[in-house]
Amino acid sequence: MCRRLHLFCLALFLPPAPLWALEFNMPVGVTDTSQSVFNLHMTIFYICLAIAVVVFGVMLWSIYHHRKSKGHEAAQFHGNILVEVIWTTIPFLILVAIAIPSTITLGDLYDASESDIDIQVTGHQWKWHYKYIGEDVDFFSVLATPREEIENRKKKNPNYLLEVDNPVVVPVHKKIRFLFTSNDVIHAWWVPDLAIKKDAIPGFINESWTRIKEPGLYRGQCAELCGKHHAFMPIEVKAVTEEEYGAWLSEQKAAQKAAVAAAEKDWSMDELMNTGATVYEKNCAACHQADGSGMPPTFPPLDGSAIVQGEKLEHMKVVVNGRVDKGMPAFGKQLSAVDIAAVITFERNSWGNKTDDMVTPAEVQDLMDKQ
Amino acid sequence: MKSWLKPTSPTGLILIVVVMFGFGFALVPLYDVFCEVTGLNGKTKGAYQGEVNAQAAPSERTITVQFIANRNENLSWDFAPEEEEIKLSVGERKQTHFSVSNTYDKAVVAQAIPSVSPPQAADYLNKIECFCFQKQPLAAGEAKQFPLVFFIDPALPEDISKLTLSYTLFDISERDASGGD
Amino acid sequence: MSAYAETLHHGPAKGISRWILTTNHKDIGTLYLVFSLIMLFIGGTMAFVIRAELFQPGLQLVMPEFFNQMTTMHGLIMIFGAVMPAFVGLANWQVPLMIGAPDMALPRLNNFSFWILPFAFAMLLSTLFMPGGAPDFGWTFYAPLSTTYAPPSVTFFVFAIHMMGISSILGAINVIVTIFNMRAPGMKMMDLPLFVWSWLITAFLLIAVMPVLAAVVTMVLMDVHFGTSFFSAAGGGDPVLFQHVFWFFAHPEVYIMVLPAFGVISEIIPTFARKPLFGYRAMVLATVAIAFLSFIVWAHHMFTVGMPLTGELFFMYTTMLIAVPTGVKVFNWISTMFRGAMTFETPMLFAIAFIVLFTIGGLSGLMLAIAPADFQYHDTYFVVAHFHYVLVPGSVFGIIAAVYYWLPKWSGKMYDEKLGQWHFWLSFIGVNLTFFPMHFVGLAGMPRRIPDYALQFADFNMLTSIGAFLFGTTQLLFVYILIKTVRSGKAADQLPWEGARGLEWSVPTPAPYHTFTTPPELNKE
Repeated sequence: MCRRLHLFCLALFLPPAPLWALEFNMPVGVTDTSQSVFNLHMTIFYICLAIAVVVFGVMLWSIYHHRKSKGHEAAQFHGNILVEVIWTTIPFLILVAIAIPSTITLGDLYDASESDIDIQVTGHQWKWHYKYIGEDVDFFSVLATPREEIENRKKKNPNYLLEVDNPVVVPVHKKIRFLFTSNDVIHAWWVPDLAIKKDAIPGFINESWTRIKEPGLYRGQCAELCGKHHAFMPIEVKAVTEEEYGAWLSEQKAAQKAAVAAAEKDWSMDELMNTGATVYEKNCAACHQADGSGMPPTFPPLDGSAIVQGEKLEHMKVVVNGRVDKGMPAFGKQLSAVDIAAVITFERNSWGNKTDDMVTPAEVQDLMDKQ
Repeated sequence: MKSWLKPTSPTGLILIVVVMFGFGFALVPLYDVFCEVTGLNGKTKGAYQGEVNAQAAPSERTITVQFIANRNENLSWDFAPEEEEIKLSVGERKQTHFSVSNTYDKAVVAQAIPSVSPPQAADYLNKIECFCFQKQPLAAGEAKQFPLVFFIDPALPEDISKLTLSYTLFDISERDASGGD
Repeated sequence: MSAYAETLHHGPAKGISRWILTTNHKDIGTLYLVFSLIMLFIGGTMAFVIRAELFQPGLQLVMPEFFNQMTTMHGLIMIFGAVMPAFVGLANWQVPLMIGAPDMALPRLNNFSFWILPFAFAMLLSTLFMPGGAPDFGWTFYAPLSTTYAPPSVTFFVFAIHMMGISSILGAINVIVTIFNMRAPGMKMMDLPLFVWSWLITAFLLIAVMPVLAAVVTMVLMDVHFGTSFFSAAGGGDPVLFQHVFWFFAHPEVYIMVLPAFGVISEIIPTFARKPLFGYRAMVLATVAIAFLSFIVWAHHMFTVGMPLTGELFFMYTTMLIAVPTGVKVFNWISTMFRGAMTFETPMLFAIAFIVLFTIGGLSGLMLAIAPADFQYHDTYFVVAHFHYVLVPGSVFGIIAAVYYWLPKWSGKMYDEKLGQWHFWLSFIGVNLTFFPMHFVGLAGMPRRIPDYALQFADFNMLTSIGAFLFGTTQLLFVYILIKTVRSGKAADQLPWEGARGLEWSVPTPAPYHTFTTPPELNKE
């Protein structure tokens, strides 16, 4: 009801019909804190609105009445201590009135009581990594929007730029504590529905917490400029019931075991090429481009590259260990052996590269184990 | 005041400019002091210098301490805490370690940077021995156990029951070689 | 008439050397203003690129890395190239005229501080053509994006900022020394026109914080090239320290860009209301209070970096306090209008729009001051809307109002009032169409500095882009009006505005090359 009223009041300032469907206010969100932040926001908004109405009202009134063309004679007063004291005091009192609820809400956000689940969130250029502390579950979460949609070659889906491959899954009604840090530059993890925005700073950790009331999918984005693909590292938080969360957790653990097992299975060239194409698009195309042309001088082309066409082992080493000096991440720490084998196979047999080489997950696993 | 020193004379104004330029740099140590006093940013103190009384009566109050091992982008070693989470009573002296291995085929000098969250707990985490006090050179392929000995000051504010200690490993080989401290 | 007679045998030099070697405050003022107009268009072109890319979701025109270069350069050029030099230009023209001084106190320094600027901006703009591109880390250049992860052009960025800083500091020194030493005999500090007062306070802010900017860019330079680690955790530094030092400069900088506009408005409103300014003393005190508070609020730009609760509360309260002196200024302007006899020529229209739109920006600023709510607003388009409301219809409208107001005295010609009104109304509509919808997309969750966005933001972004194109092209009309005035405007009267008072109106029209070679007599009212 309260929300309806807010919306109605806001709507008065907007043209009706076609814009009606648009989102033009802060989401109320699904946690107690997000709701109190929203209420605080609306309270200040109404106070500001009231101030604006009074101030502009007086101004418009005198613009209308006290104009020379209406023959108004200018008065010559130039000060009045009493009114000046009054209009210094009143704003001050209004500020005190705003400060009180703000202080209370802020205090709530700093609650340090025991949490049920702790998740470490690490910002990477340009994806998020989630690690469930004490659970042995961790994964990367990468933009899932296909490049065709970004480059306008395909119709954009409703969750354009707000969808990831692996959402971070959390149970409802539990206190979840997020610990933020970064692997490279400063990022900021922001999910409006949870009213959490916190900077992820390299070398330091920050924390924030939430207790979600309703199951659902809550989307957000990186909020701190972090380089060229800043717009392309969204966040998806999937809130589920506690049972579903438990099931998901064991599924994840099983999947991480399966990934190890998959490395031992025999892979065909076609399977590797198919998997490789997907892995490439998600992890490599941002810099080396979908057509392998790269963006010299920063990001070298892979099409026709000496490393890609050369010795298999060298190619594998670059992908697994990265090239720190050139800003290439060590994918051995981010991708499974299967994915790495697939993407190397893909790179060695795509565009102008025709080595006919096949790199098996076992070979990659071997290299990773040796180190 | 001499007339050329007045804050309205050109020389006086240039003096203000010079002082403010210096002030910009002075903010660096000032900030460190400020961080130490307020625990801003979860910066921890250096080695604990006071007396450690291991025989102190065990306290009823237990605290959960979590360990996080991060690698910065420029260093992708294997780096993990022995235990991700431990419970201990305040005042209790605890030893744990982080295992690390240099996965590169060259020697690297690393430096671990600690950070504590919530930041107001940083002041109460006393490290008696920590691998973060020194730079850590590791030969190619070398594996090592990094020790950490610490205790929680019983004066830790009552509302804190869980704290997280994170270490981020950075490659400082270049800095080290160029004669930096 | 003695001043006029002087001009006859000691006028400006001929040709280009007049402009290169000039030490005349009017010539230098003109140079500053023309320079800032050029920069306004260069920065505006970059805004065009940004708005064209954001016209629709998806990547159409530019790649994300070039988009980041555009947002960075747009910010730097508008702040350091357009707004600040324009105010220095106004100070050069008006401060000596308004205090009855023959020129600025340090004329050769004045020439030098202007001529640094073209070189600084040539260097900054040249980075666009360098391998790796121009700076792409935002005008706030947060480390480590501007250190470890910066393009090679960061070095040139640092030197350009140093040059701009030196120029501003020298300009500020000149203003302070002029105001303290060259006032007409008998003019006390509390007799100073408000434009001069607000510039004096601005100049002190510049002296205090530009060196801090110089320090922070020097630290960036050292981190990039000399292996120090002020801002790198690896060597024991802290990226958050960068933000503290930067905002210690950049928050007062915000007031540097708006206080002179307050001064302009305080001159224009009484003139067109034909009524003395209400509460002169309170206006001066309020300006001093704002300047003082600007030094203790900086971390409100950093509510999300993870400060302790006490820190957040401190910066929230101090920031809210700024609303009090700012409110006093707005109330005083309105009281000046109240029971006046107003007419609405172009300068007055821009001044009224300034009051209304700046107040909207101020109110959204109050909302941003509330730390818990700022967790939602921070780094979204709500912030972009907020600071554009205070800077475009704030500072820029203030500058435009000043130009229309004093142009008759400077050029001796009257601008075309009808065109001026067109310019105002198109700008007014354009500005609101551009920046008002930004509030909505920001609240709905659109982060700033992104080249592509989710579909629910599409309609408002298109509206914003249309508004931006309208506002941008309207400024071509401004250039046309200026050229037309100088070339073929009607001759202006000695006192072009009925209600205008002050020493600047006592000189002949156009203002001769040398004025007040003998100090004016002040007739006390």
